[in-house]
Amino acid sequence: MYVAVKGGEAAIANAHKMLADRRRGDRSLPAITVEQLVEQLGLAVDRVMAEASLYAPALAALAVKQARGDMIEAIFLLRAYRTTLPRFGASRPLETGEMVAERRVSATYKDLPGGQVLGPTFDYTHRLLDPELAADAPVDPAPAREHEGEPLTRVSDILAHEDLIERAFTGDPDQMPEEPSGDLTREPMEFPMPRDLRLQALARGDEGFLLALGYSTQRGYGRTHPFAGEIRIGEVEVEMDVPELGFAVALGRIRVTECQMVNQFAGSAKLAPQFTRGYGLVFGQSERKAMAMALVDRSLRAGELGEDRVAPAQDEEFVISHADNVQATGFVEHLKLPHYVDFQAELDLVRRLRAEFEAARAGKDDATAREAAE
Amino acid sequence: MSASTGMSQDLASYNFAYLDEQTKRMIRRAILKAIAIPGYQVPFASREMPMPYGWGTGGVQVTASIIGPDDTLKVIDQGADDTTNAVSIRAFFQKVANVAVTTRTRDASIIQTRHRIPEEKLTEGQVLVYQVPIPEPLRFLEPRETETRKMHALEEYGLMHVKLYEDIARHGHIATTYAYPVLVAGRYVMDPSPTPKFDNPKMDMSEALQLFGAGREKRIYAIPPHTKVVSLDFEDHPFEIQHFDEPCALCAAEGVYLDEVILDDRGGRMFVCSDTDHCEERRAAGHRGRLSAEEAYTGREDAIRETAR
Amino acid sequence: MTMAQFDTQAVSGGFTDPVFEAQAAFRALMDASARPGTIHDLPAGLAPPAPLGAGSGAVMLALCDPDTPVWLAEALRGEAVSAWIAFQCGAPIVGDGASAAFAFAAANDMPALSALSAGTQEYPDRATTLVVEVEAFEGGEEIMIEGPGILGRSRIAPMGLPHSFLNERAGNRALFPRGVDVVLVCGSRVMALPRSTVLSRKSEQEAN
Repeated sequence: MYVAVKGGEAAIANAHKMLADRRRGDRSLPAITVEQLVEQLGLAVDRVMAEASLYAPALAALAVKQARGDMIEAIFLLRAYRTTLPRFGASRPLETGEMVAERRVSATYKDLPGGQVLGPTFDYTHRLLDPELAADAPVDPAPAREHEGEPLTRVSDILAHEDLIERAFTGDPDQMPEEPSGDLTREPMEFPMPRDLRLQALARGDEGFLLALGYSTQRGYGRTHPFAGEIRIGEVEVEMDVPELGFAVALGRIRVTECQMVNQFAGSAKLAPQFTRGYGLVFGQSERKAMAMALVDRSLRAGELGEDRVAPAQDEEFVISHADNVQATGFVEHLKLPHYVDFQAELDLVRRLRAEFEAARAGKDDATAREAAE
Repeated sequence: MSASTGMSQDLASYNFAYLDEQTKRMIRRAILKAIAIPGYQVPFASREMPMPYGWGTGGVQVTASIIGPDDTLKVIDQGADDTTNAVSIRAFFQKVANVAVTTRTRDASIIQTRHRIPEEKLTEGQVLVYQVPIPEPLRFLEPRETETRKMHALEEYGLMHVKLYEDIARHGHIATTYAYPVLVAGRYVMDPSPTPKFDNPKMDMSEALQLFGAGREKRIYAIPPHTKVVSLDFEDHPFEIQHFDEPCALCAAEGVYLDEVILDDRGGRMFVCSDTDHCEERRAAGHRGRLSAEEAYTGREDAIRETAR
Repeated sequence: MTMAQFDTQAVSGGFTDPVFEAQAAFRALMDASARPGTIHDLPAGLAPPAPLGAGSGAVMLALCDPDTPVWLAEALRGEAVSAWIAFQCGAPIVGDGASAAFAFAAANDMPALSALSAGTQEYPDRATTLVVEVEAFEGGEEIMIEGPGILGRSRIAPMGLPHSFLNERAGNRALFPRGVDVVLVCGSRVMALPRSTVLSRKSEQEAN
């Protein structure tokens, strides 16, 4: 007797219990708290907020915990929560020039007003595993910086004084995006895509994917001659216009990382030679992501700047359609769902094709045998 | 932490059928346009759902937007009600919409499906909601949306015929066995989702409304009832569906789609209905295949040996 | 907009149970669109300010919101209707029919279909849906309809549509897949004539 597989519901419930058990791990150890994650695995929390497009450290930390540290799963959890939130409106553009920067470096000038500020960086740490950290040795407080809290002039503004770099966006007023910016989580996607939506897609795009694409441009697949004009990390004010009040209300402060790439541009028939920009902005502290985003943003402007589109990083449909890791993981992993109906159809076809092939060969063999007999 | 209790508490505060009303309106508008332009893929602002992309988010959004308290929902995957993802989606709607569910095709007002169309003829008043992974029938011929959109606009489907004809040149017949493209109401070439081509004829002049949701690809399309749906073919190579050499081993049904079930590691196998409800109904009505329960006591070993040749 | 502009009329007469009534109204519209020419019940009990009818109001609240520009026929362009729309669904009211997602009119005050958006060849879904209040679903000129959703051919006879309607529909049908979709309402009942439906005069058919 054949009994079809039943009891999917019980199997699912058991699987979830097992997941909860493995997540908790050894019960003799204290459970990790959301606060600990926010404080001590802050960059993981930042990545989840950035790629989930939701600035909520405690919720992102909960997602990391719930996902057992699986970043894409955590991003997915936070996004699914974000979808259900009501929209009250759009904030004003962040004024990153007013940022209280904890870190600001420029690769294009040796010194500049406000100076180079290294801040809390992994750069120049020797990547040697630290046994003291494992032993939870006490940590000294960070030294206070001179002039802390003062806004720093943006490198791109310095260049803009001489018109050496394009104005924000393209310098072509026709290319200015319409206000307010679009939102690809609320509107159907359409190609070609305006730069505001592209930037949104990149800001929530997969860090690894953007890193690889940005890297590819440096290796010659659509070279953009970039200089890291400036990278800054720090807190900025979020403000929202309230029409009923007639002025903007401060909603709070968020930490962001901004990268302005300065790219060589020889000019075109319409535009004088000047530097162009690639822009990266992400929630939290993530230089790698902001820099990769800026490289890819600049590459995707190939069409607008009259450059030949020859490399993957310049291909808007390719980049934007595949940058979303929650979509990508869903579709890759859906292959583990049953496909036996389609597989049956293919089995049937392959058996038929093989039978035809064998029959044809047998026919040929017969003919050969007959010839030989004659 | 207990995942299940936390989840149910949270869901209590979600809207009926999970989606917020503005999202439902957006999807409902897309559905109405899809019905008005049969086979045309309407772009919609697909939402992030609490299940992964590629696992039915498009179908779930369509179902969530049409379902009401009077509906009875059936969910199938591969034709079966008890495959894990079907169970999961059905449980989701029970939780967020407190809706009546069934496994009986004829009792359902909404049937959400992945990869099959039920064997039983659907009737007026029923809605079949397909989960669609890749809605664009031209996608594997031309990966760019900007290009395929133009091809649909200009009704330029030559490439599709060339592809099918290349199959014939190489294999002697069309080698597409599932997701077999169709022409809807004489205008749009449409992907029927990865159903086996066996099911294609059921789409033609169906009495039920057929809705297709692709969440990751953000498209909704539709076939109204009583609409001509033609599988693409050539005069000298007409469209054909799969035929099985033996009836269902459990209910003896013929002319239905069968799953091949492996019984042992010596090549033993049996073929049973892919549509579990259809099979159960037939057995309840007294139909017996050669491996159904009653015969099993006496003839099981022989039958399996026979299957194994 | 200040609260003062909302009189009691604006805040009443909408759905009393928005989630389920919107669903019921949509299902009626979906079934009507899937089976052109058939009549379906919208949730009753809506009381928008005159001259906007209960059926039009139900369609509007089910489908319109800040994302859908709405065009109103001359007779509907009063303060009361505008305030009701602003409060009940927040849809922006536009003067140009070609930029409207939805247009509302009475049969005797219908805009030319060509004044509305038929969408584009690449995005034919970006077309206006025209909601028309008719006097009755029976008693008007007999019209034969065929197309997707209709088994063979069927007959409708809505009352009050302008004589030019059939010619306009023929022009609209010629644009397919572009085209305006039409929804007829009468009281709290609805019938749909999506762009895919082909209309012809019964008398002409008999002559042929």
